Amino acid sequence: MLAVMRRDLLLAMRRKTEVLTALFFFIIVTSLFPLGIGPESALLRKIAPGVLWVGALLATMLGLQRMFASDHADGTLEQMVLSPTPLFFLVAGKNAAHWLVSGLPLVVLAPLLGVQFDLDPESLGVLTLGLLLGTPVLSLVGAIGAALTLGVRGGGVLLSLLVLPLYIPTLIFGAGAVQAHTSGLGAGGHLSLLAALLAMALFFAPWATTAALRISLE
Amino acid sequence: MSNRIVNWFKFASPYSFYPVAGKMMPWFWALAAVFGVAGLWIGFFVAPTDATQGEGYRIIFIHVPASWLSMFIYLVMAMWAGIGLALNTRLAGMMAQALAPTGAIMAFLSLWTGAFWGKPMWGTWWVWDARLTSELILFFLYLGFIALQAAIDDPRRADKAGAILALVGVVNVPIIYFSVKWWNTLHQGSSVSLTKSPSMAQTMLWGMLLMALAFWMYSLAVALKRLRTIILEREAHTDWVQNLAEVRAPANLTEVPA
Repeated sequence: MLAVMRRDLLLAMRRKTEVLTALFFFIIVTSLFPLGIGPESALLRKIAPGVLWVGALLATMLGLQRMFASDHADGTLEQMVLSPTPLFFLVAGKNAAHWLVSGLPLVVLAPLLGVQFDLDPESLGVLTLGLLLGTPVLSLVGAIGAALTLGVRGGGVLLSLLVLPLYIPTLIFGAGAVQAHTSGLGAGGHLSLLAALLAMALFFAPWATTAALRISLE
Repeated sequence: MSNRIVNWFKFASPYSFYPVAGKMMPWFWALAAVFGVAGLWIGFFVAPTDATQGEGYRIIFIHVPASWLSMFIYLVMAMWAGIGLALNTRLAGMMAQALAPTGAIMAFLSLWTGAFWGKPMWGTWWVWDARLTSELILFFLYLGFIALQAAIDDPRRADKAGAILALVGVVNVPIIYFSVKWWNTLHQGSSVSLTKSPSMAQTMLWGMLLMALAFWMYSLAVALKRLRTIILEREAHTDWVQNLAEVRAPANLTEVPA
């Protein structure tokens, strides 16, 4: 598992532009909203969590196809399926690498972008914590979609059609946490639900992904 | 297994299920028509006008059955998908594929009639409340399932990939069902429950149940029809399909000179 993770990280580091493209995509998308809506800070504060979360969702989507596509193309994936190590762990390793490459930078950047939207420090903390809990879910669930659409016609568009509906609960609770905090309700409930989603996804998603991978390699 | 009176596994083969589906279909059509006429009659002429909502509430006779069916069909679809994955039967995958469009129509109908109901009652076509949103997700899940199956050329692979998607999406169904209890929003709580007496007039309840039955029978009939078409399509290379009367008849017709 660690070997797969290290290998994927190394590959990602060798091709820095792909990673950075997703990151800059996130920055640009979130920066477009204040330009489009206008610089009224009260309004921006209100839409900030939603905009940042949607940006994170879309930025995660960008990297999903890469998770298996190149390995599928050069046959590495088949060797992984045949290897004595359970596929579950290999998939978990790939998921972890994907999250470290595309999820974690978003989490680190989010507070900075949140300042653009004039969020107060406590809301920024809630937002970051929510993203920290939520982005692994995005990677894990997205992997299922990536495995299902492997080698399928029009895979990229199809992937977003399959995965985005499954992202909605994460989006609702993630953005809801910040809104609940700013309205004085406390973010605890939403964050707990996000953590519950993460626990569920950690357990079930790699399992579903392995099943999907075996089907697409048949 | 062989000493049972009916060997259910026999019907797991498209060859033996095709004629059975053909025989069952007219019955379901007839039942759908009977229940539908009875339900509409009660809905329009017998059920009393609602005290607070006036005549507008009568859309309930379409809205509630469609919503029920949209969730129920998804569960059935996921069940067939699971059976297809576990037992590797061809018919189960075809069944799931046959159910998906009907389920999508039900979800769409539920959202559409909901919008028509919401406009006079809540003063808005759409609110972002939990039940509406989760029903919308359900609609997207159906669309994703159909799109995934359509994108994969190998039907067996399409079945299995779709099955995994259906099983992943099944998490959403309890969320829709309980959303009115978990989140207190604009959408009213359910009027029918198994544990306490319903909060509506008897005739209204009967109308709704009859309409639900009608929708159910319609879904069965349409799904079986679609299943038969899928069987014909996928088994077109086999002898038994080519020897079927309905497959040969059109071929003869084309030979008649114009």
